[in-house]
Amino acid sequence: MSERTGPWRRFLGLPNTDPRKAFGVTFLVALVCALVVSSASVLLKPLQDAHVERERQARLAAMVAALPAMRELMEEAGVDALETRLVVLETGDYETATNPAAFDPVAAARDPATSKELPPEADPAGLKRIATLAPVHLLERDGRLALVVLPVSGMGYQSLIRAYLALEPDLVTVAALTVVEQGETPGLGARIEEPDWQALWTGRRVADDAGRVLIRVVQTPAKAPYEVDGISGATRTGAGISNMLAFWLGAHGFGPFLDRLKREGG
Amino acid sequence: MATFIDRLTRPLVDENPVTLQILGICSALAVTTTLATALTMAAALTVVLCLSGLFISLIRQHIPHSVRLIVQITIIASLVIVIDGLLRAYAFEMSRRLSVFVGLIVTNCLVLGRAESFAMKNPVLPTLADALGNGMGYSLVLIVVGTLRELLGAGTLLGRPVVATVAEGGWFEPLALMQRAPAAFFILGLLVWAIRALRRSQAEAPDYRLEATEEER
Amino acid sequence: MTELLFRSIFEENLALSFFLGICTFLAVSKRVETAAGLGFAVIVVQTITVPLNNLIQTQLLSEGAWGWVGLPEVDLGFLKLVTFIGVIAASVQVLEMTLDRFAPLLYRALGIFLPLITVNCAILGGSLFMVERRYDFAEAVVYGFGSGAGWALAIVTFAAIRERLRYSDMPAGLQGLGSAFLVTGLMSLGISALAGAGGP
Repeated sequence: MSERTGPWRRFLGLPNTDPRKAFGVTFLVALVCALVVSSASVLLKPLQDAHVERERQARLAAMVAALPAMRELMEEAGVDALETRLVVLETGDYETATNPAAFDPVAAARDPATSKELPPEADPAGLKRIATLAPVHLLERDGRLALVVLPVSGMGYQSLIRAYLALEPDLVTVAALTVVEQGETPGLGARIEEPDWQALWTGRRVADDAGRVLIRVVQTPAKAPYEVDGISGATRTGAGISNMLAFWLGAHGFGPFLDRLKREGG
Repeated sequence: MATFIDRLTRPLVDENPVTLQILGICSALAVTTTLATALTMAAALTVVLCLSGLFISLIRQHIPHSVRLIVQITIIASLVIVIDGLLRAYAFEMSRRLSVFVGLIVTNCLVLGRAESFAMKNPVLPTLADALGNGMGYSLVLIVVGTLRELLGAGTLLGRPVVATVAEGGWFEPLALMQRAPAAFFILGLLVWAIRALRRSQAEAPDYRLEATEEER
Repeated sequence: MTELLFRSIFEENLALSFFLGICTFLAVSKRVETAAGLGFAVIVVQTITVPLNNLIQTQLLSEGAWGWVGLPEVDLGFLKLVTFIGVIAASVQVLEMTLDRFAPLLYRALGIFLPLITVNCAILGGSLFMVERRYDFAEAVVYGFGSGAGWALAIVTFAAIRERLRYSDMPAGLQGLGSAFLVTGLMSLGISALAGAGGP
């Protein structure tokens, strides 16, 4: 070990009861730890974000690929991915000025300029704040809609749930529901990520004949076409999913967009 | 060398942190619903134990008594933050399932307990042996509880089906109770009982002894 | 809010549903008086620290918190562990000094267990759950009080049971820790039944 003369040696030589030593040691430890932690966080953040993004893309692609006939449709249409477009939630129109690929919904939801606050009565999903724009993913064939995929999110029992809801061209029948992100109770609410449960959603209807959005998770055996069997022991996760869909299919979510699509067809 | 091995193996059964020292239970129980989460938690905790023991032991001569708790906690917390970040970067799925419990390693009485009672007073190599030993003892308990809970609660192990459940046309009816909180306590209680039946020295003496009655004498 | 309050005391009891603070839970539950004293201290610390940490999280640490200074991308979330512990340690220190001044008997009865609250996983866990569930300030106050009260309720009840268990005749291997685990398991089972039809 090299000879270090002067202040450092003197400092280490101080007795441990000296308050200067206490202060110095604490400060040094804090400094070193802060540097280590900050560097690690900065270095790892891009990896973590990339992970989240990759996961989401993969789920989306997997969901579409798993739907019957979708793969053939996509081959016929000559596309290998869905088209992403941005929707102005309030009016339901497409927003053409912003590049969909560069749009970050999470950042947009935080920036006061591109988001709006939700009053509690209009916020069954517990989101508190959402961006004014939202991406949708579409599959068109021969100029007509073949599939509409809506990204949805909402508070479950103890975590934020993110999912994709895929609708058939009639905009009422569910083609699939894929849960992309959740932190619910392992073995209970977390089972919403299992394919067996997600398969229950295919063929369900989001609304009744009068157009009222009624789709929800129920604990008793599902009878009506807008009911889906819940996971036993995970009532509140199921309620979270129901509220999430009620919000995003409603007036503050994609409701205006879906209404416009029904009217104009595309 | 003999003491090294001894220090390494004693915390496995004879001085197991969970069943004898009553340390580290909090985060032990909640993440044992499946074997995979239990293993990840055990690995994370062992790494934190060893690294924190290493660093604290290295600077132990210069930590004043008055600030020792805060210095220990700072080092442990920083390690946990880094490990949590690594998990989220390289094992995203797993980190989601562990949610807040990786962060709770910071207040895990086992880590702090070993830091305070061993790392502060011993050189690096014995500290590492002790940390590794306690980590393995803790992991052992987690593995036992996790295996039982997943096997009996879902019929799978590490996500792979082991016994054919009724839902798949088999004979095994999974015990839903295993997925809930109380099951972990019961399993631990029975485990403690089993260990103390084998190692009678660990059994606690009762506070009162009932006197034999007239008829029994 | 009342729903949140009852939920945090019973259904999401930090000790019996999430196993937080179990080390202290098992160690300080031999007598009802000490358990009650510790429970009271936990309620106070929790009610102070959860809302305080909520403010720190939303105003200082979360992404976008520094937007008002012109740095909206700064995300200090990774510091929350250390910061929360610092806040908890400071609160416990203040509580210690207050108790020493105004309730010296209680202070002496609690002895070593007061500083042990700093590393009680239940206190830190409460703050971490508050962040994950994105409570606002009012909800954080209610949750802080409720979760502390739930933990206190659990430990006092447990101490009462253990005081009576001392007179029972049980196998040597179950004495002490073994029976403590089994009793806690039964209490946990009971509390999960209170969680209502279907439960969480």
